[in-house]
Amino acid sequence: MTGVAPLKSGAPADGGPAPPPAAPARRRGRRAGFDRVSLIVVFVGVPFAGYVLLVLYPFTQAAFYSLTAWTGFSPDQPFVGLDNYTRIFADNLFLQALGNSVLLLVVVPLVTLTLSFALAALVTFGGPTTGAVRGLGSSSFYRVVSFFPYVVPAIVIGIIWSQIYNPANGLLNGALTTLGLQRFQDFAWLGQADTAMAASTVVIIWSFIGFYMVLFVAAIKGIPAELFEAARLDGAGRLRSAVHVAIPGIAGSIRTAYIYMGILALDAFVYMQALNPSGGPDNSTLVITQQIYRTAFSQGQFGLACAMGVVLAVVTFLFVAAIFTVSRLLRGPLESRT
Amino acid sequence: MSTLALQRPKRAPASRSSSSSGRSERAVGATSHAVLVIWTVLVIAPLLWTVMSSLKTSREIFASPFSLPSSPQFVNYVNAWQSAGIGRFFANSVIVVSSALVITMLLGAMSAYVLARFRFPGRGLIHTLIIAGLTFPVFLAVVPLFFILQQIGVLNTLPGLVLSYAAYAFPFTVFFLTSFFRDVPDEIAEAAALDGASEWRTFFQIMLPMAAPGMASVAILNFVGLWNQFLLPVVLNSDRDNYVLTQGMAAFASQAGYSVDFGALFAGAVLTIIPVLILYLVFQRRLQGSMAQGTSK
Repeated sequence: MTGVAPLKSGAPADGGPAPPPAAPARRRGRRAGFDRVSLIVVFVGVPFAGYVLLVLYPFTQAAFYSLTAWTGFSPDQPFVGLDNYTRIFADNLFLQALGNSVLLLVVVPLVTLTLSFALAALVTFGGPTTGAVRGLGSSSFYRVVSFFPYVVPAIVIGIIWSQIYNPANGLLNGALTTLGLQRFQDFAWLGQADTAMAASTVVIIWSFIGFYMVLFVAAIKGIPAELFEAARLDGAGRLRSAVHVAIPGIAGSIRTAYIYMGILALDAFVYMQALNPSGGPDNSTLVITQQIYRTAFSQGQFGLACAMGVVLAVVTFLFVAAIFTVSRLLRGPLESRT
Repeated sequence: MSTLALQRPKRAPASRSSSSSGRSERAVGATSHAVLVIWTVLVIAPLLWTVMSSLKTSREIFASPFSLPSSPQFVNYVNAWQSAGIGRFFANSVIVVSSALVITMLLGAMSAYVLARFRFPGRGLIHTLIIAGLTFPVFLAVVPLFFILQQIGVLNTLPGLVLSYAAYAFPFTVFFLTSFFRDVPDEIAEAAALDGASEWRTFFQIMLPMAAPGMASVAILNFVGLWNQFLLPVVLNSDRDNYVLTQGMAAFASQAGYSVDFGALFAGAVLTIIPVLILYLVFQRRLQGSMAQGTSK
């Protein structure tokens, strides 16, 4: 449909001659046509122009730079084709960073959202199985508290946790030695290759469990209570109610959450930068975003950095596509079950 | 939304009678509560520990992670605010975040309104391109963005940061507000038109006030997101005088290695958290409600 017409008022009547895209559903003549066109041009045109300049254009430019050997401050941008891509895929450090990022992508959303859902289930329908389907008492307290980490800036979370992990006077080793585990005295959680990544992952997960728990609580409350009661009539316990009623009922929210968490795990820049700015012992916590940052702004190899950025974007899109595919495949069986 | 669980005033029809082993029932309930209590402790302990450490001297911090401060060292806050420059970074953050918030909310509402309620050539494409911005990794864009801001002449300035913040918050704002404007009944716009109001007046005097609840929720979420923003300032704003709070905290934590004034570092962390925490506690009910609304669509 062409021409300017209000979205919901059905087919536009014949607009007549100029001014071109008149708005006839409510007849208001030339004046109204100009009014409406100017509104659309200014309200969408101006912000969209800024958005194109500062957001869309940089993305396309990055794709172009990835084919050049540009160092940023020289005027010439020698075209090198796919050289940057062959270089980064032969670069062990980049491959390690990519591998670490993919590891985060696999682990972080799964663990975070599983725990979030479990807590949300406890709060909403994990209560006594006698009487009405309900959650545990004082659940609003748990909800408010769980949300706290979300409002703490990520960089501050990183700084606090790097102190918690401090070998000599950190909270974690203090607690463990108090419990009698003397071997953790001076244990360097972030300083050893076999624990640094796990310790960093815990920090990211800790930051987001509460946020998604609150989100799932709200979503579960949107499921009609009759469904839970019917499940219970059929003899379903809490676990089966969760699998057969709650998860299908909030599938849309889970999918959105999974995508957001995945994108966040692929970034992870703030957390890693706060916990181990150098990439950790043996680069065990180096992630792709840190490598991009380093390549671009410390080494000035902007073409190379943009190629890494394109790889990151491709991984992101593949991930989003995979989530949509999986959720479409799952929707069939889950829906037929309820 | 304020009640505890699924609202269901009357008793469920087939509540299993108390004969079905009340004891195991109680055991399950106790376990559930224990899990939630442990989780609460895991959330609160690091934050309380931060507050406690912010009142200790560096010597006390090194001595033991658990010891209480012998006398509260409020001087840590003074040191963080003045010597470490947190006060200045705080002011920069307030300026940048509030300006970007006003810009992105106004422009976002305008675009969302038109995209939701008018049909014109290119509408679908523009809408798709804006929503796609939600999934692009910002990291891909920062390198060219650096040079674009340099060409416009706003690299390393607060206005440059404001523009970037507003631009990268724009897709989320439009995404969220489009559904709000779509739900405003047609009759209201028609009544305004009958009264002779121009489209412009209809938006500013009728539609915008009607969308106020949605605007408030988006503004809060945007505020949290922008206040916490780290990558954009680190890349686009390397002039120390223009540092925002998150950047300043990162520099503070790393600048001196082991000679960091740890008490002041913890105090700085507390100062960074407090504004967002207050805002959250004031608005938490509205925030939680609208979050669910936004993601279920």
